[in-house]
Amino acid sequence: MNLIVLLKQVPSTESFVSVGEDKKSVKTEDVKWVINPYDEFAVEEALKIKEALGGTVTILTVGNDKAVEAVRTALAMGADNGILINDPDAYNCDGAGIAKILAAALKNIEYDLIIAGQRAVDDDNYYVGAATAEFLNIPHVSMVIKEEITDKTIKCTKTIEGGSFVFEAKLPALITTQRGLNEPRYASLPGIMKAKKKPLDTKTLADIGISAADLGEPMLTIKEVKKPSQREAGVMIQGDTPAELAAALVKALHEEAKVI
Amino acid sequence: MRVLVITEQIDGIFRKVSYEALSEGRRIADAMNCEMTAAILGSGIDNLAEDIKKYGADKIILADDPALAEYITDKYVLTLADIIEKEKPEVIILGSTSIGKDIAPRLCAKFNGAIATDCISASIEEGKVCASRYIYGGKLITDVILNRKPAFIALRANSVSIKEADGKGEIEKIQANMQDASLTFIEKKMDAGKKELTEADIIVAGGRGVNEGDFSAIEELSEILQGAVGASRAAVDEGWRPHSDQVGQTGKVVSPNLYIACGISGAIQHFAGMASSKVIAAINKDEEAPIFAKSDYGVVGDLSKVMPEVIKEVKKIKG
Ligand SMILES: Cc1cc2nc3c(=O)[nH]c(=O)nc-3n(C[C@H](O)[C@H](O)[C@H](O)COP(=O)(O)OP(=O)(O)OC[C@H]3O[C@@H](n4cnc5c(N)ncnc54)[C@H](O)[C@@H]3O)c2cc1C
Ligand SMILES: Nc1ncnc2c1ncn2[C@@H]1O[C@H](COP(=O)(O)O)[C@@H](O)[C@H]1O
Repeated sequence: MNLIVLLKQVPSTESFVSVGEDKKSVKTEDVKWVINPYDEFAVEEALKIKEALGGTVTILTVGNDKAVEAVRTALAMGADNGILINDPDAYNCDGAGIAKILAAALKNIEYDLIIAGQRAVDDDNYYVGAATAEFLNIPHVSMVIKEEITDKTIKCTKTIEGGSFVFEAKLPALITTQRGLNEPRYASLPGIMKAKKKPLDTKTLADIGISAADLGEPMLTIKEVKKPSQREAGVMIQGDTPAELAAALVKALHEEAKVI
Repeated sequence: MRVLVITEQIDGIFRKVSYEALSEGRRIADAMNCEMTAAILGSGIDNLAEDIKKYGADKIILADDPALAEYITDKYVLTLADIIEKEKPEVIILGSTSIGKDIAPRLCAKFNGAIATDCISASIEEGKVCASRYIYGGKLITDVILNRKPAFIALRANSVSIKEADGKGEIEKIQANMQDASLTFIEKKMDAGKKELTEADIIVAGGRGVNEGDFSAIEELSEILQGAVGASRAAVDEGWRPHSDQVGQTGKVVSPNLYIACGISGAIQHFAGMASSKVIAAINKDEEAPIFAKSDYGVVGDLSKVMPEVIKEVKKIKG
């Protein structure tokens, strides 16, 4: 099994992110950078499949110098090798460009299954996984909470609002992860030591046979980034007993806020 | 020029967000001074066209075919691609649901379009297609211009109002795309009678402060209020609630009229998922809990004592 994980480095979810001075960007100077949580599920699932069926796990990332850390962390979790596409022409492209770059890189790699996150928790595009599958002309199943591979076929449970679907696809295929799929392991100390010696190739766009011109313009132009309207502390309900508190709360919700 | 709205129905019932998408589609079509087409995919869905006529579609394309009886990603994508080829819409609007987010990126890549998911509004400004969307799981909002055509806008549920409008309502029937599907549908399981969190007007959510993980009071209150039950990640991690109930940056982002947070401390990741609720009420025994700084109404108290009283009071109103 040749397993590929599409992995993005993102600001950790506990980071406070703020609006950049130009009001068109997000300030990420002081944040802690981590593997996108949905891509951690992808790494874990790939490792599980490898443990059961054999094979190799390759981490594929488009990112800058800092993204090396994220790839190394995935190698420390147990992945076999990493590919970092690090090219200034890729720094400013949005999901549309990233999916094209990933597809171009994957055309030179053998794969049976590609695992991506359902979304990166910074841009929340929900785009790159399915778009990469489209560019590679392979099936995809998104938001998978369970998968089972037998005989070059993958059977997946996909969540939807209020329920789930089970689909089967012939490999090669791409799946995206959903919470519930697994519990990602931590990188162990020996894992971290071993990761230092694992192969991590850095490539440019030219190396994978694609040029900045092939990527086209970003699909979105940001006009403005802003904070959602800031919520302020409202009123603390007063009362001496639970019954009084409850009566005052329900009265406020009913008569003042008019929401019940 | 044309606006296409892709509706979503499951077992003959439209998602509420489909009506919202139609209403927003009509507003965009009016701003562009063009017609709106609505697409419905399924099998034995003749009667569904009537249901959406009143939201202003000029044309309703019914892809009514046994091959579409169940949602299958590529069957739906290919059939919708046929519709897009034919209608040549500049703007395509659909719900930002799991299925919407399964279909739209694939179609967008196929047509080299632009896509904005999780949008809270769409507009035409100086001839450009614009949308507002959340990023960082709800921590920030961006206003974007969609540079390519077709422009896909996936609307978050409960973000725009539903409005009836006039449209020609001509019905056209088509067949499913005949190409072989690369996915096989095996089965579908729907939670009977469970209200979808993202579409609920009222959410009663519980966290680690729910004693012993006993959600019965939370369930009872949400039922009387005809709402849905949500949960913090801590409650999900404890195994008290399914993953599908999780609200937050790595769960669902919700915007109900009322969000009642019970025994939830108000971590940044949780807050990101419910900050756009119209009214937030919190019940927590710790008066220092961060949730109170962001709540419209705060009650300092023990859930096991306050909840039964809240239920009693609500029952009085709801008769
Ligand atoms: C990558 C990542 C992603 C995350 N994503 C999410 C997410 O999507 N959603 C999410 O919710 N969290 C998320 N988290 C977790 C988040 O950081 C918090 O840990 C979590 O939200 C805490 O849940 P809680 O408020 O229920 O629990 P706690 O923080 O433990 O709070 C429990 C609260 O209950 C109160 N309480 C206790 N007993 C009672 C009682 N008897 N009556 C009344 N009040 C009581 C306490 O005072 C306390 O305030 C994420 C974390 C990470 C690292
Ligand atoms: N720069 C990147 N490098 C590698 N994979 C990426 C990159 N950006 C996005 N992805 C993958 O695509 C998924 C969805 O991202 P997005 O469409 O941006 O929300 C992520 O979870 C990753 O698996």
